[in-house]
Amino acid sequence: MQNGFHKTVGTAEQRIDAIEKSTGNVKYLGDKLTKGMLHAKVATSTEAHAIIKSINTMEAWKVPGVHAIVTGDMFPFPIGPILADRPPLAFKKVRYYGEPVAIIVAEHPYQAKQAARKIIVDYEPLPIVNSVEQAFQKDAPLIHEQSGQYTKIIDNVYPVPGTNIASHIKIRKGDFGQAWAACTDTFTATYSFNLSDHAAMETRSATVEINPDGRVIVHSTSQSPYTIKKIFNQFFNLEVGKVIVHIPMLGGAFGGKGAVQLEPLAYLASNAVGGKLVKLHFEREEDMMTAPCHIGFNATVKLGVNQEGKLMAGQYTFLIEAGAYSDQAAGITRAAALDCTGPYHIPNVWCDSYCMYTNHPYATSFRGYGHPELTFAIERTMDQFANKLKMDPIEFRLLNAIKPGHTTPTQSVLTVNNIGDAAKCITRAKELIEWTSDPVSTTKDGLIRAKGVALFWKTSTTSTNAQAGAILLFEPDGSVKLSCAAVELGQGTKTILAQIAAERLKMDVSEIHVTMEVNTQYTPHQWRTVASSTTFLAGNAVLAAADDAIRQLKKIGAVALQCSEEDLEVGNSRVYIKSDPMKGIAIKTIALGYKFPDGHTVGGQVIGTGVKMQRQLTTMDKETGFGDPGPWWSVGAQGVEIEWDERNFTYKIIKAVTVMDGGTIINPMTATQQMRGGIFLGLSIASGESFEFNEQGVIQNPDLRTYQMMRMGDQPSEYIVEFIETPSEDGPFGARGIGEYGVIGAAAALANSLSSATNVEMNKLPLTPEMIWRMKGEAYDSVQF
Amino acid sequence: MIPFNFDYFKPDSTEEAIKTYTSEWKLGKKVVYFTGGTEVITFSRGGKMTADAVIDLKGIPDCTVLEMVGEKLIIGAAITLNQLIESDVFPLLSETARRIADHTSRNKITIGGNLMSKLNYKECILPLLVAEAVVVIVGPKGMEELPAEKLASGILEEGTFLTQIKVPVSNLNLPYTSLKRTRTTKVGYPIVSLAALIKEDRIRVAFSGLDEYPFRSAVVEATLNDRTLSDEQRISKAIAKLPTSISDDFLASKGFRKFTLGILLTEMNTVLEGQP
Amino acid sequence: MIMSNTSKYTVIPLLVNGQSHDVMVRSADTLLHTLREQIGLTGAKHACGNGDCGACTVLVDGKPMHSCLMLAVEAVSEEITTIEGLKHSEMRQAFVEQWAIQCGYCTPGFILNCHALVKEHPDADDEKIEEWLQSNLCRCTGYYEIKQAVKFVLEMNKKNG
Repeated sequence: MQNGFHKTVGTAEQRIDAIEKSTGNVKYLGDKLTKGMLHAKVATSTEAHAIIKSINTMEAWKVPGVHAIVTGDMFPFPIGPILADRPPLAFKKVRYYGEPVAIIVAEHPYQAKQAARKIIVDYEPLPIVNSVEQAFQKDAPLIHEQSGQYTKIIDNVYPVPGTNIASHIKIRKGDFGQAWAACTDTFTATYSFNLSDHAAMETRSATVEINPDGRVIVHSTSQSPYTIKKIFNQFFNLEVGKVIVHIPMLGGAFGGKGAVQLEPLAYLASNAVGGKLVKLHFEREEDMMTAPCHIGFNATVKLGVNQEGKLMAGQYTFLIEAGAYSDQAAGITRAAALDCTGPYHIPNVWCDSYCMYTNHPYATSFRGYGHPELTFAIERTMDQFANKLKMDPIEFRLLNAIKPGHTTPTQSVLTVNNIGDAAKCITRAKELIEWTSDPVSTTKDGLIRAKGVALFWKTSTTSTNAQAGAILLFEPDGSVKLSCAAVELGQGTKTILAQIAAERLKMDVSEIHVTMEVNTQYTPHQWRTVASSTTFLAGNAVLAAADDAIRQLKKIGAVALQCSEEDLEVGNSRVYIKSDPMKGIAIKTIALGYKFPDGHTVGGQVIGTGVKMQRQLTTMDKETGFGDPGPWWSVGAQGVEIEWDERNFTYKIIKAVTVMDGGTIINPMTATQQMRGGIFLGLSIASGESFEFNEQGVIQNPDLRTYQMMRMGDQPSEYIVEFIETPSEDGPFGARGIGEYGVIGAAAALANSLSSATNVEMNKLPLTPEMIWRMKGEAYDSVQF
Repeated sequence: MIPFNFDYFKPDSTEEAIKTYTSEWKLGKKVVYFTGGTEVITFSRGGKMTADAVIDLKGIPDCTVLEMVGEKLIIGAAITLNQLIESDVFPLLSETARRIADHTSRNKITIGGNLMSKLNYKECILPLLVAEAVVVIVGPKGMEELPAEKLASGILEEGTFLTQIKVPVSNLNLPYTSLKRTRTTKVGYPIVSLAALIKEDRIRVAFSGLDEYPFRSAVVEATLNDRTLSDEQRISKAIAKLPTSISDDFLASKGFRKFTLGILLTEMNTVLEGQP
Repeated sequence: MIMSNTSKYTVIPLLVNGQSHDVMVRSADTLLHTLREQIGLTGAKHACGNGDCGACTVLVDGKPMHSCLMLAVEAVSEEITTIEGLKHSEMRQAFVEQWAIQCGYCTPGFILNCHALVKEHPDADDEKIEEWLQSNLCRCTGYYEIKQAVKFVLEMNKKNG
């Protein structure tokens, strides 16, 4: 009796949110209008580094409609996800331009905004740290005088007191010194780029209401509902059960909504007006200057080979720019270290990864969590080294590609289950980009065509106890309500989870009704919706919940059909006898328990529950990095072809290829969406995006007009996406995470293609015409008029 | 969101506009004129300006004309960029306007608004400079016609506003080109923008993005028209004769602006030589 | 002369999706704010407030307009169309079918702009499509699918004459 059910895993089921989104019906946080709600606005710092001598709120109070003004002295305690180093409102000093110094609560948003402009702060300016390189210098001004005293919220964060180092992560594998000395050839290069922005189309916002009974109701555009509860508990002493977090669908996140910034501010604001409902919504400029951004990066990579061209030693020095506070940059510092080699087998590894404070807006997670950045450095080095060795860059990669049996920098042992097939990915990408021995050619219009590739990997660096849960509630018609705390932020996770549930229950996917919003009052715990972890964690939880439901269905079915549970099978909306499928009972007749014709009953509502927790992950050793930080490594390869106009220094991206081994692909179209969108995001950042700071540490381009992102027509003329499906034993139906991966190799592949085209090593981003012009000028005579 | 309140007036005639201005001004209010209003709205929300009264000029018939009268093309200040582009009465202006902001914004941005912009790009002025256009302004002291270059750097006198632009018909259909480069994507402020035409065998060219204000320079043009020099010589000499105050900001360095200008002037020569 | 005063809110009529609404506005309120807060039409999104991203696009007399760059008082006696008025548009359907939607935040603005584009330019070529759609930013898709949706509708309209 399988005729009604079709296999849904591997099928391009339409996204369950598409129609509602196309009609404008989806209610994002900003679309929920509540009469009587009060509005908060932050007044922000006009100095990048200064002592706050006084805050004068007198003029602000005169604005009609103002209900409350909150300043840092009302909650002078630092908070943070990894290292508690950031007061929600600046206290005693400010560390970046745009930092919140006060919150104004008013009746209307415009009144709050008007009042925010009337907060007068008397500053005593301090010398500023305006770059990550400057931050690392010995005599650099100190941004956090008390860095050694901050509370560590999680393991693996090592501040160095008396410096601007918020964390120093070390990897020591093998004997780098000896191996380096024995190398027949070596190559060293340095790479860098500035902070940039997530620029999700929906800016961040949060509402908080404190009920008279002490319950705190939070609505937020967050990827981390349970982290909000944790932080409210840790820092505001609220009972976990009394903090209720609602997350609607998000208008894009890209890691930027994993950070908890607005919620504590909105809580302080609500608290200041007797718990009334207060909304804090960031306008675009605040979302860019005040909210956390994408890390800046400086890396020096040293690689050495033996006579055969095999990599024997690698040394990596990463300066991760955290900006004013460490937030997730401390975790990124660790993530970049533990995958520092890229997907290459290198027996001797030495890595120093530093999380650096500067007087810039603070950074948080960004799609790829340090990997697009490290891949840029690694894959540029691989290309340059291959050239030096007179090897084909793809052959050089293939020779050194990591495989089962090898170990990672933290000495995790790789198996066929926990890593994808790197060689297969790069080989297929080579075919798709039509790689030839000379990747550079000239078109009939005199433009230079060039290709570049990048190979990449990433593990899902969740916490070692990261987990997700799922509940399947059966409805009287036999359909199923799926509830879990995975946040839908555009990646299509709810569709994927519905498919996983339908596949295991052998039901039609249309019969799975997924709760799109998260409400921590009834959704089970989930770590966060980040780190490409949801398909793996929540997907496995859904499978466990489905198995639980199947057990219950069989139990009731056995009574109704008068047989043993072992005789039964569930599928096609029925419970039936395996050996005689015509005999069975519709799920709808037992979904809420079975009623015999004479009125007697058995069972009750079928509610399947399941959880999935990471297992056998460990923290990393402080001195060597030794440990098992991630459950699996997805790998992929990307290629970019460009057409370069050497006369005016412009280029067009012709083709963007992604080959990804994500294990089993649950939905080929949503997966393709993720890969196209990923490489697009990576190319947009690599080709043009960067915060430009002036000498006072002020962002010069804090809006979408001057912070230029790719627009229609700038995108690659052609996207090619293919999947290699090496199944993962642990993943649901063999799936691994893929959400972040499309972005990872983009910058590296673009820079490699442009380096070939221009004959100059493109080791800085973003690759704007002027940047290329300048780098070419560094290598040759600068153009003079 | 605009964090302050203002009175909004939409007068039906220039007289009414001036009267409103004067009476509001006399009350000590800060009064601004408004056509497309995109800059008033964005500057107001961004804290770059305030106003107590806004006078919308879109209801004034003089400001909404687009017609040939005798030997002049008359363009009302409230004509949107897309109206100009679609009418294509002055191809060089259409071409230049097509590269300002984005298509949707051009349904709102008016030529008057662009010319009176507080930002210094004002790219619509470039075709007017090379076509010897005049502008009509109206104020408490009456109506006045000025050469277009007065708007390049000029701030109009208190209470006066732009109603119309008049372009000699004889200059509308000359060989022309309009070129622009941005930092990266096509929508954005120019690092260099130029509009050029050929009249009586001489190239006339005006620039934006290079200096504090858009400009047309007699020395630069003389060099560009010096037939005793090669193409390359003319261009490098012309660039050498630019004002020394070339902009240097986060969009582009001074050096790259000059480099880009060289590229654009070369392109300009190629295009203009290819035309009759 | 039309006037709208600051000292108190002004009631103005707005014609939205064929329906007339009397709304109370400050002179400084944008059309976007008024559509959302006064009429409850939240399909037009606030994303940049600066005319840079197109998430707030509505049609004013059939033309795409950044509703954040228009005062509500300017929209009196104009015919306004929001995404809520385009439920049955073929462009909306094409966005669904061509996988042009991810987070969905830019979607209403894009659909309105694309809808206006195919109405005004039934023969739009790549250059025209790009010129129009450069007004809208999308951070998720990479634009390919959005362009496909437009091309799909253009083709379909040609076939159906």
